[in-house]
Amino acid sequence: MVFERKDLLGTRDLSAIEIRSLLESAESFKEIAERPLKKVPALRGKTVVNLFFEPSTRTRTSFEIAAKRLSADAVNMSASTSSLVKGESLLDTVDNIQAMAPDILVVRHRFVGAAHMIAERVGARVVNAGDGANEHPTQALLDLVTMSEHKRVGPGLTVAIIGDIAHSRVARSNIWALTTLGVTVRICAPPTMLPRELDKIPGLIVCERPEEALDGVDVVMMLRIQLERQDRLLFPSIRDYARVFGLNRQRLDLAAEDAIVMHPGPMNRGVEITSEVADGSRAVILNQVSNGVALRMAVLFLLGGQGHE
Amino acid sequence: MSSNASLLLKNVRLIDAGQNRDEKNLDIFLRDGKVAEIGSSLNLPADQVFDLNGAWVMPGAIDLHVHLREPGFEHKETILSGAEAAVAGGFTSIACMANTNPVNDSAAITRFILEQAASAPAKVLPVAAISKGMAGQELVEMGDLAAAGAAAFSDDGKTVANSKLLRHALEYASIFNKPLLCHCQDNDLFAGGVIHEGMISAAHGLAGIPTLAEDVDIARTIMLAEYLKVGVHICHLSTATGVRLVRSAKARGVKVTAEATPHHLFLDERAVVDLAYSEDLDEHVRPQQLRYNTATKMSPPLRAAEDVTALREGLADGTIDAIATDHAPHEATEKAVEYELAPFGVVGLETAVALGLRLVTEKVLTPLTLAARLSLAPAAILGLDDRGSLTIGKAADLMIIDPQREWVVDPGKFRSKAGNTPFAGWRLPGRVVKTIVDGRIVFNL
Repeated sequence: MVFERKDLLGTRDLSAIEIRSLLESAESFKEIAERPLKKVPALRGKTVVNLFFEPSTRTRTSFEIAAKRLSADAVNMSASTSSLVKGESLLDTVDNIQAMAPDILVVRHRFVGAAHMIAERVGARVVNAGDGANEHPTQALLDLVTMSEHKRVGPGLTVAIIGDIAHSRVARSNIWALTTLGVTVRICAPPTMLPRELDKIPGLIVCERPEEALDGVDVVMMLRIQLERQDRLLFPSIRDYARVFGLNRQRLDLAAEDAIVMHPGPMNRGVEITSEVADGSRAVILNQVSNGVALRMAVLFLLGGQGHE
Repeated sequence: MSSNASLLLKNVRLIDAGQNRDEKNLDIFLRDGKVAEIGSSLNLPADQVFDLNGAWVMPGAIDLHVHLREPGFEHKETILSGAEAAVAGGFTSIACMANTNPVNDSAAITRFILEQAASAPAKVLPVAAISKGMAGQELVEMGDLAAAGAAAFSDDGKTVANSKLLRHALEYASIFNKPLLCHCQDNDLFAGGVIHEGMISAAHGLAGIPTLAEDVDIARTIMLAEYLKVGVHICHLSTATGVRLVRSAKARGVKVTAEATPHHLFLDERAVVDLAYSEDLDEHVRPQQLRYNTATKMSPPLRAAEDVTALREGLADGTIDAIATDHAPHEATEKAVEYELAPFGVVGLETAVALGLRLVTEKVLTPLTLAARLSLAPAAILGLDDRGSLTIGKAADLMIIDPQREWVVDPGKFRSKAGNTPFAGWRLPGRVVKTIVDGRIVFNL
């Protein structure tokens, strides 16, 4: 295995070899979910702390199941019960957790760079489970695992990412990982949700309209629209967004015949994706969720497992 | 030493924009706190004589823009600690902004600042707010404040969004001959932003502050000054468009002046994700955290590389009149938080002049234009005719610089209470070795 890092903070700095190693390792963990006894002793005696400063049910559960299937002791700590409400600084909170000698911290935080800050502070290994709009590496990697089940992920593949790019860590982590592997990435968002100067990133094609982004594409990745953003004058209404940018059957027909449809969840049915598409034969959305556990097992194993005994 | 003593500085290179003079092998005689004589081989009896061996003598630097935090935030800085930082960096006069607690919006606060400053080593010039509480609603009592000693007016950190109020402030302040120092920012376009809206914000998901937020307000401010035929000063220009707007306004005769900070002249947005992107930092003092270091967070933010180039051109051609630090001290723990939560601002008093020397070695400025940007122009902007130059009869406020004395910026050694500088670990080409205020040596390295 080629993964020598202390932490997994993002996909931006990962090499193609590192990404491939993580994906291969995830493949080997998939099978555990099929066993009657879904447990291996790989991380027995290791402590994994899920440090969630932002509410998240799915990601936290996925990491927790991954840790438990590796026999690690998984502890959840969420912001609502944390000291943040008491006015303690992030670094003080982290120092306290470090003092309890965990092996791996899985960190979700609403601000950019929080996981990086923690990683520089502690001896424990850190997995970024989402920092603001910056990175969500395990999501991108599980997306790659899912794509690999249907496509050859490399040059020749075209992926369209459609939605609120500006505020999406999922989009960013996917952009870095996919472009590193030589995949062509098309980006489409309302201009109000498209970061300026995104077009300076090599390997990205920015499309104005979803029709353009979808044309002959192999993979369609729809992003969640955060409904509360409506207050921030970013788009006129949910109805208008769904009309212009939502993925429906007619639009999906523009994609390649064997195109797959992905969504990082949770979905707003009828907004960025119609139920017909989300529940249709080309959707691999629940496979993403299953693969999430395998990929996270791989990440926890590579960071905390035998390689580092 | 008392200020009626005399001091003879021998064998100096005098660099004084006010006299348009850059001359070696001169002696300068200071008496009664003033410049008394300049010549070669002066043989005058003096209480103290220094042979300076060719060191540079420049008028003391004058900073149009500092935050001294007192009253209200003395844990960040005090008038005394800020003044000590100032003289350690070659600044002999500093204009302190009004965003204290309480805000400097009344004569009582202005007098308090002056009282606290009475024993400080640098001359402290209180800048009063434009609006009461800096709330942008009602004008302060400008006449009362000017009489109490306010040197200028500014709602720095906030912009006066109400154009009618800003109009009246410009009109009313003009009768006291006190400048308005305008922090130009469209609050709605700015809102929520953390770093420059550009390549780095796009890649890292940090909310952007568009150049537009600054530029539309610079345009508005210039239009008001032009219409009213009054002067106005623009704080901390950071954008290429801002430079262009000021340049074209000056060309058509608008009485606009502008400043730029050293951090905007040396760093661009890349510093947010890699503090060492442009410099080989000294390993002993380089910060541990090079990525998302909150010492790169200030308002206006570090802009794109092309903005830095435009600022340097503007500084060289005089579009930008003055170098000002926007010295904004914060306690270490206040900055040791998530990037998005950290307060804006960096310190600058102890590095600005040395960075100015670096602009000379990089051929952006000549020694004479550096003296103009650091001293002559700021004095003129504030209407201080007793300083900014070392002609005979002016205040003996000066800095002595060893242009060969390389040093490493180490925030641990700052006189300021705060160390939030983005320049930690930089090697700078020369430094201030003595600072003299009213003929008194107030800093001696």
